[in-house]
Amino acid sequence: MRVDGRINGREHVLDVAPSTLLLDLLRDLGLTGAKPSCELEVCGACTVQLDGLPVSACTTLAIELDGRSVETVEGLAPSDDRLHPVQQAFLKHSALQCGFCTPGMVMSAKALLETNPAPSRDDVVHWLEGSICRCTGYEPIVDAVLEAAGAMAHG
Amino acid sequence: MQILSDFQLHRPATVDEAIELRAELGDGAALYAGGTELLLAMKMGVLDYEHLIDVKRIGGLRGIELRDGALRIGAATTHREIETSPLVAEHLPALASLERHVANVRVRAAGTLAGNLAFGEPHADPAALLVALDATVELAGSTGRRSLPVEQFAVGAYETELGEDELIEAVVVPLPGRETRAAYLKFQVLERPTVGVAAVAHNGDAPTVVVGAVDERPIRVEANGDVGDYVDAARAAVDPVDDLSGSAEYKRHLTGVLVKRALEAIA
Repeated sequence: MRVDGRINGREHVLDVAPSTLLLDLLRDLGLTGAKPSCELEVCGACTVQLDGLPVSACTTLAIELDGRSVETVEGLAPSDDRLHPVQQAFLKHSALQCGFCTPGMVMSAKALLETNPAPSRDDVVHWLEGSICRCTGYEPIVDAVLEAAGAMAHG
Repeated sequence: MQILSDFQLHRPATVDEAIELRAELGDGAALYAGGTELLLAMKMGVLDYEHLIDVKRIGGLRGIELRDGALRIGAATTHREIETSPLVAEHLPALASLERHVANVRVRAAGTLAGNLAFGEPHADPAALLVALDATVELAGSTGRRSLPVEQFAVGAYETELGEDELIEAVVVPLPGRETRAAYLKFQVLERPTVGVAAVAHNGDAPTVVVGAVDERPIRVEANGDVGDYVDAARAAVDPVDDLSGSAEYKRHLTGVLVKRALEAIA
């Protein structure tokens, strides 16, 4: 089926089988930040933004991209030597260890800050329920998201 | 990675077109909206369909409106749209709160309330509260339209009253009166609720209490005495099984605790 949508701001016209998963489509395009992991919408490692909202790319059909816009972690940094405020805050707070869950965490956090620019700590914790990190612990991640909120608010 | 076996995708533009497709394709086709349950089951090979009928592009199937003293939630409306709807927050805060705690934010962004009811997964949140609020589903099929209480629609595990040529057009929740109090409380450690309890009381009448996620369908608790009577009746009414969420005895205990807390919350 013909799919006409935007990936990280660039227009794409693709021909995909209806059974193709969004995660496979993205990874086949070389966008391997979103990870296959639980494949059950439970862990959050494959989180991307679809029209701004976070979705599990492992359980989203690629054809849902038609007429819509998907953002992945690869599209975040404005240039090779600058990071997005969420990425910068994750770095500052050491909110990652092995890094496997990080692209999903970052995309989920970005989606939160776009819908709720001034979240409370509870808002962040609630939003990130369902994003699983098995090494670093969640406190630095929550700290990083709150820091990024502040940084984004001050432009 | 898990893969889906091939299927054809249909995108009807109207309810009538969708019904025709349902009638024509029979049980080789499934209705598809958020896909949060369906695609999981298909990936695991539990379900297999040659055709998916995408209802998301049908005009008028999305959105929430006040109509005839009820909130009418279109079948393609997502959990997140309900969670963040000013109308739901104003008139049915207990439903907004329930929706805020369904699964996780990604599932809420894609999954729909009607899809949740149509899939009939027993370990889910919405049905118990909808039954307690006397909500109905509006169904459209080739012989016409009908309205069914959610309590009758939910038959058992993955079993509903939805006919082979029907689809849900809307979930309709009567607007509670100003004196109505409603609450939904749950206990959950895994991805799905272990026990969920809804309590609703209109104008100080005897409360309606419904237990969800324990049995294959929501269980209405028949009692009208004090809190202790409801707790005893609920513990006797449920028929839990041992599973990863806990032993039958544990779930019965939780049922009693949550019934007490839900009644206290609306007292």
